[in-house]
Amino acid sequence: MISLPRNSRTRTWLGLAPAWLVIGVFMLVPIALMAVISFLEANPYGGVHFNFSTDAYVQIAFEYDLEDNLVFNPIYINIILRSVGLSILATVVCLVIGFPVAYFITLQPPSKRNFYIYLITIPFWTNLLIRTFSWILILGRNGVIETPLLLTGVIDDSLNMMYTNGAITVGLAYSYLPLMILPIYASLERLDFRLVEAASDLYAHRLEIMTKVIIPLSMPGIVAGCMLVYIPSLGAFIAPDLLGGGKRLLLGSLVQFQFATARNWPFGAAIAMVLLAFVVVALMIYARSARKRALIEGDL
Amino acid sequence: MMRKFGAPLVVVTLLVSGTAFAEGDLYIYNWSDYTAPDMVEKFETETGINVIIDTYDSNETALAKLQSGATGYDIVVPSQHFVEIMIKEDLLQKVAVHQMENFGNVDPRWTYPSWDPDQEYSAPWNWGSASFSYRADLYSGSGESLSEFFEPSEEVCGRLGVFEAPDEVINMANLYLGLPYCSEDPAEMTRIQELLVNQKPCVTTYSSEGLNDRLANEEVIISAHWNGYSKKGREAGADIVYAYPQEGIVGWYDSVVVPVGASNIENAKIFMNFMMDPENAAMQSNFSHYANAIMGSGPYLDESLSSAPELNVPADVPVIFGEACSPAAQKLIDRVWTKVLQ
Repeated sequence: MISLPRNSRTRTWLGLAPAWLVIGVFMLVPIALMAVISFLEANPYGGVHFNFSTDAYVQIAFEYDLEDNLVFNPIYINIILRSVGLSILATVVCLVIGFPVAYFITLQPPSKRNFYIYLITIPFWTNLLIRTFSWILILGRNGVIETPLLLTGVIDDSLNMMYTNGAITVGLAYSYLPLMILPIYASLERLDFRLVEAASDLYAHRLEIMTKVIIPLSMPGIVAGCMLVYIPSLGAFIAPDLLGGGKRLLLGSLVQFQFATARNWPFGAAIAMVLLAFVVVALMIYARSARKRALIEGDL
Repeated sequence: MMRKFGAPLVVVTLLVSGTAFAEGDLYIYNWSDYTAPDMVEKFETETGINVIIDTYDSNETALAKLQSGATGYDIVVPSQHFVEIMIKEDLLQKVAVHQMENFGNVDPRWTYPSWDPDQEYSAPWNWGSASFSYRADLYSGSGESLSEFFEPSEEVCGRLGVFEAPDEVINMANLYLGLPYCSEDPAEMTRIQELLVNQKPCVTTYSSEGLNDRLANEEVIISAHWNGYSKKGREAGADIVYAYPQEGIVGWYDSVVVPVGASNIENAKIFMNFMMDPENAAMQSNFSHYANAIMGSGPYLDESLSSAPELNVPADVPVIFGEACSPAAQKLIDRVWTKVLQ
């Protein structure tokens, strides 16, 4: 740590000012605008009327029936739960694939590691839309997977892999896999492999070494990776639209539908706030686990 | 609603540089891939006005942009029902199109339309229709009825494409059930909802992009389609036929209008008049593959256009244009669509 000069507080403050400015202007102000819009009345032709209203939030769980009674309406709750479910599934798939990959890279000699990391980042060079589109060519009818199977007679008809929840999960997991691998790798790389040797000397099985030494020590990376996959999956728009065929609304497409087609801005904003709430909850869980870990490590 | 060809998700700003005389600028805000570059060049050469083009991918986007007070556009090209909404919302200027020199070229069928009854605001651009297309080599039907689309037979089930947005789909359902557009009657909308919910198990995708791709690679054999877009698919080699069901097809009609806040109103008027000239209208059609409303443009049209079955509606098939729905009707449409896609 470099020791700062006497007027360090002012300096720190000044040094942080650009960061605060960016966070304020590009994050807090837009979220505040969204929050305000979600509490206004919708203008039927798009935009809002400046009257306070909680209709948008009521609409998430209730609707007016033909006699104008408020009745419970599970449609939007179902959409929210489906989004959360698919995001968790994508996160699990990423973890199952990402952890072994990160572990494999860690076991390579240092000179090779950077090359593997470089390979992992290559997909980021191409636009996500194009990469997702390629999955249509891979999974689709007469696609890369089906054509050889059809030609060799393993299957007689299309497997219908496209436009399913499975295809959405594949798309999400593919899109965000590097975000899982990189933080886990960062954790594993710092892992002191003498601890593994010590465990081995103490007659731990390979499985025990993995579950009781390596995984707990790489937990910060695993949790960070899960957050980085789960959060963007929740609001994902491209994969559900292209690979799911738009047959079942997810949170991202629901927000888009409210702004672009249904012209109900407050409701779209309210759903976006719900989405934000799910993200904040995930981040709070993350922060708690990090704090707990800090305490445990402090005890050592 | 995205009927233009694979319109990119991101609005791209296209700068067409031209001969910049001192005649000023004209800022055009149009659908993406929908402004003929040779026509723009001709306009710039003839008038010395410098044209700058910006694009959008849906009527809703254009409306939102104008509502947010975006000034600086001199020309916008919305569809008929959005012209009506924009007039109602005081977003357009009266420019007395009916007094323009070339107004006499407009086919009487298209003059003084219901969305601009005095023709004060709008000049014709292109028009077309929405229906469904099928793979003639893979499908045994003949596209005679909307029942083939809404109540698909076994061969179509699982290989059926529907638009992503409700606008045209619900209008088509209205035509099929013989109901008026923009119904405010919950009972009628319940029938539409049942029709669409029952259709859903057979639907492969709800998407408005890549329609020709999916027809070409046999992912679907029937797909909701726009006429000019379908024509492009046929010309690319797939055996795609645009259906003219007896119940009718859904029409759309894009017009040139001048938004409030335009700074080059005189140039905008010159452009409107320019677009009602037969040769210029034909240049635009040749680029977009959609029909125009100008008499005498026929001789200037490419052969592939004047003979295209997609652009020549049989006389006995009604073309019913989409309307600006009331808030109550719009709410019912949104509810039905959310129920279908829940």
